[in-house]
Amino acid sequence: MKPAAIAEETSQEVVTDADIVAARMHGRALALQLGLRATDATLVATAISELARNILLYARRGAITIAPIAHGERRGILVIATDDGPGMSDPLHCMEDGYSTSGRLGLGLPGVRRLMDEFELDSHLGQGTRVTVKKWIG
Amino acid sequence: MQVPILKQGPFLIATIQSALTDADIVQLRDALVEQVGRYRSRGVIIDVTALDVMDSFATGTLQDVANMLRLRGAETVIVGIQPNVAFAMVHMGLTLDRVTTRLDLEEGLDHLNRAMKSAFQR
Repeated sequence: MKPAAIAEETSQEVVTDADIVAARMHGRALALQLGLRATDATLVATAISELARNILLYARRGAITIAPIAHGERRGILVIATDDGPGMSDPLHCMEDGYSTSGRLGLGLPGVRRLMDEFELDSHLGQGTRVTVKKWIG
Repeated sequence: MQVPILKQGPFLIATIQSALTDADIVQLRDALVEQVGRYRSRGVIIDVTALDVMDSFATGTLQDVANMLRLRGAETVIVGIQPNVAFAMVHMGLTLDRVTTRLDLEEGLDHLNRAMKSAFQR
């Protein structure tokens, strides 16, 4: 069964700190449109804010893509943060609480994982970073 | 977007009116640290009611503001953290240490007025 096409995938380039705000606003709007509760929409917006800042901080430019997702009866929102930056030599290490290479701003990735239902980090040194997160309705 | 800062007696009130970029938050920090000296303010209220998200950067910078203003002799009160924002902060593990928070502007002003009064009586 295909879900009704009520919303489409959109992508926000992240080059300035104003793009962080734009990306999280788009994310919140789509989350609400898809039927997520306001509380969960704020969690999604906060996660996008962290992911977009990581892009600026570590790769200087990249993109946040948001899209509706469905799995069986379940509906939700997908957020993908991509960049062609330096990548991480040790992604697992970057997932430890308190770990940061940028001073106290931190990667915020452990926080993002706590905000979302599903979290996937794909990063290799010299090959950029891709973080995929999902939040399901309910 | 610049955050307006209002001087009210011995206090400063900064009312955030929309989502802020990182640069906006840093500008607010610097403006408050400077104006607390210029106006010899004893307390600062930051109203974050209109803030859509308090992520690690916003929370960390507001924590810095409170720490810096304390070193400058003023107390910071953060008011208006929305329920959803509080929920997200707790989920992420973000905290504001040694920062007074109050429900809204009225409660924040009440707190500062009481603090001033008890300091005067001592």
